Amino acid sequence: MTVAARRTERLLNLVICLLSTRRYLSKEEIRRSVEGYSEGQEAFERAFERDKEELRELGIPLEIGSNDPLFDDETGYRIRRDAYELPPISLSPDEMAVMGLAARFWQQASLAEASSRALLKLKAQHPGDPAGADLLGIEPRLVRDEPGFEGLWKAVRERRAVEFDYRTRDGSQSRRHLEPWGMVAWHGRWYAVGHDRDRDDVRVFRVGRITGQIDPTGPAGAVDVPADVDLRGMVHSLEASNPPSTAQIRVADGTGGGLRRQALGEPGPDPAHEGWVLLEVPFRDLAALVDDVVGYGPNAVVVGPPEARRAARDRLLGAIAASGASA
Amino acid sequence: MTGGARGVGGAQAQLQRLLSLVPYVLARPGVAVRDVAREFGVSEAQVLRDLNVLWFCGLPGLLPGDLIEVDMDAAVGGRVHVSNAEAIARPLRLQVDEALALLVALRALAEVPGLEDRDALGRAVAKLERAAGEAATGDLPVAVEVPPREQAGTTAAVRTALATGRRLHIAYYVPHRDETTERDVEPMRLLLDGQGGYLEGWCRRAEGVRLFRLDRITSVEVLDLPADVPAEARSRDMADTLFSPSPDDMLVTLELAPTARWVTETYPLETVEELPDGRLLVRLRTADSRWLVRLALRLGAEARVLDPPEVAEQVELVARAALAAYGDVADAPAAG
Repeated sequence: MTVAARRTERLLNLVICLLSTRRYLSKEEIRRSVEGYSEGQEAFERAFERDKEELRELGIPLEIGSNDPLFDDETGYRIRRDAYELPPISLSPDEMAVMGLAARFWQQASLAEASSRALLKLKAQHPGDPAGADLLGIEPRLVRDEPGFEGLWKAVRERRAVEFDYRTRDGSQSRRHLEPWGMVAWHGRWYAVGHDRDRDDVRVFRVGRITGQIDPTGPAGAVDVPADVDLRGMVHSLEASNPPSTAQIRVADGTGGGLRRQALGEPGPDPAHEGWVLLEVPFRDLAALVDDVVGYGPNAVVVGPPEARRAARDRLLGAIAASGASA
Repeated sequence: MTGGARGVGGAQAQLQRLLSLVPYVLARPGVAVRDVAREFGVSEAQVLRDLNVLWFCGLPGLLPGDLIEVDMDAAVGGRVHVSNAEAIARPLRLQVDEALALLVALRALAEVPGLEDRDALGRAVAKLERAAGEAATGDLPVAVEVPPREQAGTTAAVRTALATGRRLHIAYYVPHRDETTERDVEPMRLLLDGQGGYLEGWCRRAEGVRLFRLDRITSVEVLDLPADVPAEARSRDMADTLFSPSPDDMLVTLELAPTARWVTETYPLETVEELPDGRLLVRLRTADSRWLVRLALRLGAEARVLDPPEVAEQVELVARAALAAYGDVADAPAAG
C-alpha cells in the first residue's frame, strides 16, 4: 500500500473515530485509538495538525471543546453527526432528473467538480437508475469558462477584495481594485459587480477582459455587500436602454427575411418603388438596427427616421472607404 | 474549502471520494465497479484501490467486528459489496461551492422558456436550500441570465420530439443567404448556450449533422414518424465552441479597429495579432463568403478585408450597390 493510501486510511479512521464519539477525545486518546500515527511525540503532533487542517479543508466540521466546562479540562475533539451529515432529502424522479441537468450545466466550466460532487451526494440517497432520461438530450451550457471566473467566484464567496489588470473596450489596460459583490452571466459572458475603489463607485466589469490573475488584497469577510443590491439590474444597465422606436425599412421582394420577421403588421407594397415592400421595424438601439439592415446589402434600405437613414449610409460609406484603403 | 484536493491521487482527494463513495455503494449493494468508476470519474483500477483502503478502516480498536467489510473477491469480479460502515453511511453536508453550483444552475434553468420542468425545478430548489442549510442562505451572489431569444413553443416542440423519439419538420431561416428552407431533422440534442437554444440533429436535406438556432426556426412540426438518427451521426464535442469551422473553409484576414474588438470575443478565430495602434489583425475561417460580406458591411469603417482579395472586392461591390439603392450616389454601379 502506498504512502498516500496509508494516509487516507488514517484520515478515514480519524473521521470514523471522531464521528463515533459523544465525548470530546483528547489528542492522547486519538493517538491511541487511530491507527497510523507515529510513536514520537513531535512527529505525532505534526501529523495530527496536518490531518485536522485537511479535514477542515474538506468542510468536515471538527469541533473543539472540553467534556467538563467547570474544570479546565484538556481540549478534546469530536465531529457532531448532525453537523456532518447531509440532512435527509427525498427527491422525486423528476426532481432528481433536474438535479442531473443542473450538474451538467457546469460541465465545461470551473464548477464542474463541485457540482458533480454535490450530485453524487444526492444520488447516494436515491438508488436506482438515474430517472428522467428525457432530460438527457438537453445540454445546458449557458456559461462558458473564463480565466478570471474562478478567482472572482472565490473572492465573492469569501467576501474579499481583489485587484487585477483590466482591458477596456478600446484596448487600454489598467490595474483595478474591486470589492466584489456578486457575479452575473449575461448573454453567455460573466460580469463582476462591486465597489470600484479606484472610481469610488459601483462598477460592472466584464470578466473576460481581465488579463492575468486575480489577486486577493484583503482579509476574508471584509467586503460588505449592500442589502438591497440588484446585481442583475446593474448588469442590464450596461445595455443602452433607449425608448422604443420604429424604423421604416424598404426591402426587395422575396428578400429581407429576418427584417420581415421582426416587422410589425403586414408589409405593404412601396408605391414609390416597384418590386419593394415597406416594413415597420421596432428598435431601441440605432447601431443594432443599422447592423441588421446593412447586412442585406442592396436588398434593404432605411427610409426613416432620418438619423437611422444617415447612420446606415455612413456605415456603407465606411465599408467602401475601408475597402478602398486596401486597394 | 472544498476542492483543495491536492492531486487526484492524493490522500485528501481519496478521502473526499470515499466519504461519498461509501454512502453511494451502501445504497446500491452489488453495484458494478464500472458504474462506480464512471459516476466518480476515476478508473476502475482506482475504485479497487479505494476499496482496498476502505478494507482497513473502521471503528477504533479495529477488531474484526469493528472493520468495514469489503468483499474484495466480488470487487475483483466487478461488483461492489460494502457493509458494516454505519459511521459514514450518510454523505458529508453540501459545501458552499457544491450547493451554490447546483442552485445557480437550477435557478437559471427555471428561466429557460419552454423547458416545462419549471415545477420540478422549483421543488428541487426548495429541497436543496433546506438540505444545504447554512451553505445556501440569503440571496445568491451569482446569477445566470437566460435571454429569451426564441419562441417557447419551438423549445417545447424540440423537447417533445427528443422525449418521444420523433422526427421534426422545420422551416429554417439563414440570414447570410437570406432564405428560408424546409427540411426534416432527426433530433439528437437540445443545446442551450448563453445566447439561446440550438437543435442538433441529422438533417435529411444535407444528410449530415447540423446545428439549428432555435430563433431561426420559423415553423416547427413534430412528425408522427419515429426519429431515425443514422449510426454515423456524431454529436459535437461540447468542450469546443458550438461553431467550429472546418479546416477546409476559406481563410480570411481582417484588420479591425480597436472598437471592433468584440469580434474577437464573438467568433472563433484562427489567430489574433495586436497591432501597435490598438488595431487587430485577425484570421478566421468561413464556409461561405456571404457570411463574411455581411460581417464586413456591419463593421463598416471598423474593418477591412485584407485577404482574399476577391472577398475584399465583393464587400466593396455590395456596399456600393447598397448605397446606390439609397438613390443618392449617382456614379455607383447598379445593384446586382
